[in-house]
Amino acid sequence: MKTLFSRSRLLVLAAYLAVIVIAPLLSPKGYWLSLLCQIGISTVFALSFNMLLGQTGLLSFGHAVYFGLGAFATIHFLRAMHEHSFSFPVTLLPLAGGAAGLLFGIALGYVTTRRAGTTFAMISLGIGEMVAASSLMFPGLFGGEAGLSSNRMTSPGWFGITYGSQLQMYYLIAGWAFLCILGMFALTDTPLGRMANAVRDNPERAEFVGYDPQWVRYLMVVLAGFFAGVAGGLTALNYEIVTAETLSASTSGIVIMMAFVGGIGHFAGPIVGAALITVLQIVVASVTEAWPFYFGILFTVLVLYAPGGIAGIVAEHKRLYDAGQLGRVLQQYLLGLVPFALCCLGIVTLVEMAYVLANSSEPGNAPLHVFGVTLNAARPLGWAPPVIAVVVGGFLLRLVARRMASRGETVVTSLLQRQA
Amino acid sequence: MTAAALRLANVRKSFGRTEIIRGVDLVVHERERHAIIGPNGAGKSTLFNLISARFPVTSGSIELKGEDVTGLRPFQIQRRGLSRSFQISNIFHNLSVFDNVRCAVLWSLGYRYSFWHRLSRLRDASDRADRIIEAIGLSRRRATPASVLSYAEQRALEIGITIASGAEVILLDEPTAGMSHSETQDAVALVRRVTEGKTLVMVEHDMSVVFGLADRISVLVYGQIIATGTPAEIRQTPAVREAYLGTEFADA
Repeated sequence: MKTLFSRSRLLVLAAYLAVIVIAPLLSPKGYWLSLLCQIGISTVFALSFNMLLGQTGLLSFGHAVYFGLGAFATIHFLRAMHEHSFSFPVTLLPLAGGAAGLLFGIALGYVTTRRAGTTFAMISLGIGEMVAASSLMFPGLFGGEAGLSSNRMTSPGWFGITYGSQLQMYYLIAGWAFLCILGMFALTDTPLGRMANAVRDNPERAEFVGYDPQWVRYLMVVLAGFFAGVAGGLTALNYEIVTAETLSASTSGIVIMMAFVGGIGHFAGPIVGAALITVLQIVVASVTEAWPFYFGILFTVLVLYAPGGIAGIVAEHKRLYDAGQLGRVLQQYLLGLVPFALCCLGIVTLVEMAYVLANSSEPGNAPLHVFGVTLNAARPLGWAPPVIAVVVGGFLLRLVARRMASRGETVVTSLLQRQA
Repeated sequence: MTAAALRLANVRKSFGRTEIIRGVDLVVHERERHAIIGPNGAGKSTLFNLISARFPVTSGSIELKGEDVTGLRPFQIQRRGLSRSFQISNIFHNLSVFDNVRCAVLWSLGYRYSFWHRLSRLRDASDRADRIIEAIGLSRRRATPASVLSYAEQRALEIGITIASGAEVILLDEPTAGMSHSETQDAVALVRRVTEGKTLVMVEHDMSVVFGLADRISVLVYGQIIATGTPAEIRQTPAVREAYLGTEFADA
């Protein structure tokens, strides 16, 4: 019987722990550290979102509500500590965010979980808008456009840890993230966790094995609210400022993408998605202004061709590997690599040229430097190389894809033969 | 005479202006195997949906083991010891066979909505689930996702989920529908085995199954029960022959 912490799982856990402990030491740059902090926060947030989507089948368009309210609760707590000079260990402060998430989950979840499916999605969207609107309507509570700020260094902390340095802050985030991941993973192996899966698959049958699906959904929303609130608390401590953006629709949208890109069908999917999207957000954004555009392309392509996300892709290739077919498939990939790269290069060049052209101050001159070549976006001929790259790359990619499809059939048949 | 496991009094159900169930009185005794037969569209499945609270009754009352359960929700009926199967397999597709059955035993073992018990450590739940999986002959498929089971296997799983909670009153909606002859024989043996000592109410089209299995039979025609009795009595009832059985009955 598989238990929660079988040997292989303990190994994964230990490896993960090692990674989060060592990661900040890999580069001394502040940039790297703040990236890691952001990844930690996003991981908890994305996993809490997937408690709803992946495990309970509830698509929430307003999950940022719990994240944002958790963040505001934490910053209020911190401000109150300064104002009334009472002390509370900052280490435990993310729990204030968790408590806020939990309480709002209890209050709002009661309304949202009355129905499942599209109705739930729409109600969550409505409540998300409502809360986001109130954040601007009550500047006393939410600080208006400027948001609320505070200072996480309060009284002397435990063992002299004041979270004055970003490295200490990182370990606070890492510690809480690790605990939350463990908690959310443990939840998958409980009666409620399994019944959430049952309700996701077939709410009617869940009712005919003695469970009220509405109550199962409600409890999951409340618990997910708690974890999202903890993530919000961490974000408040990390940035020492909370603005209305933390509970906005765009934050709710990003978390959907994180979970989806990583893969909602596997527990670890959102962890991967959170890391990848955060890196893209920060790294790609520092390279090009057009990053949301690429981000949109990536998301669309992934949802179209790999609805299971990265975790789904990995699982599929694991199956191929188990069937001894991975090598053959990889050969095909290798063949597709060059046309694929050509295609990508062409698309990126087109996007960048359009961007340069739109922002050019000199008429007739909009230069873009690619690999030492200068393309002038203001001249029609300047567009020729990337267009040719996309067309040729796309054509070749199609050829490879066709070849793969016909080969793919043989892969599938041999898979079936093995199973039989 | 034993107490009634199930008692329906003047139960009616209308969809819009059409009355489908038109005043059904029915008493099912404890530990009997009771079959409900009738032509297509007679309202057999609707009657099941009323008893199991899938639909609310329009009027009339339903008693389960002496307790009025009219107007309760399905999960409340389930918790009071009545469990049903569905004509079209109604299972948890993405869960394994084992998890399908384990989900169905959890409430009756008192775990409710617990998020503090480690599911994989709950020996009583796993053991009960495994015993049921063995009883329905799916031990080899224990870890298989329910969605990839064969039709007959899904039907067996459907019955497994239904009996898993240990309910004393079992409703089976066409347990042999769509099965081949040999599959039907297996299914009948299965039903007989797993409902031993329980009250069984079943809707069934296969007359050889009905007459082989049932202690008593009720005949439902156009939303009314026109006769109830032992298989021998039902065979003799002229109204039944006319209304429904006809030549099919003569062959049985």
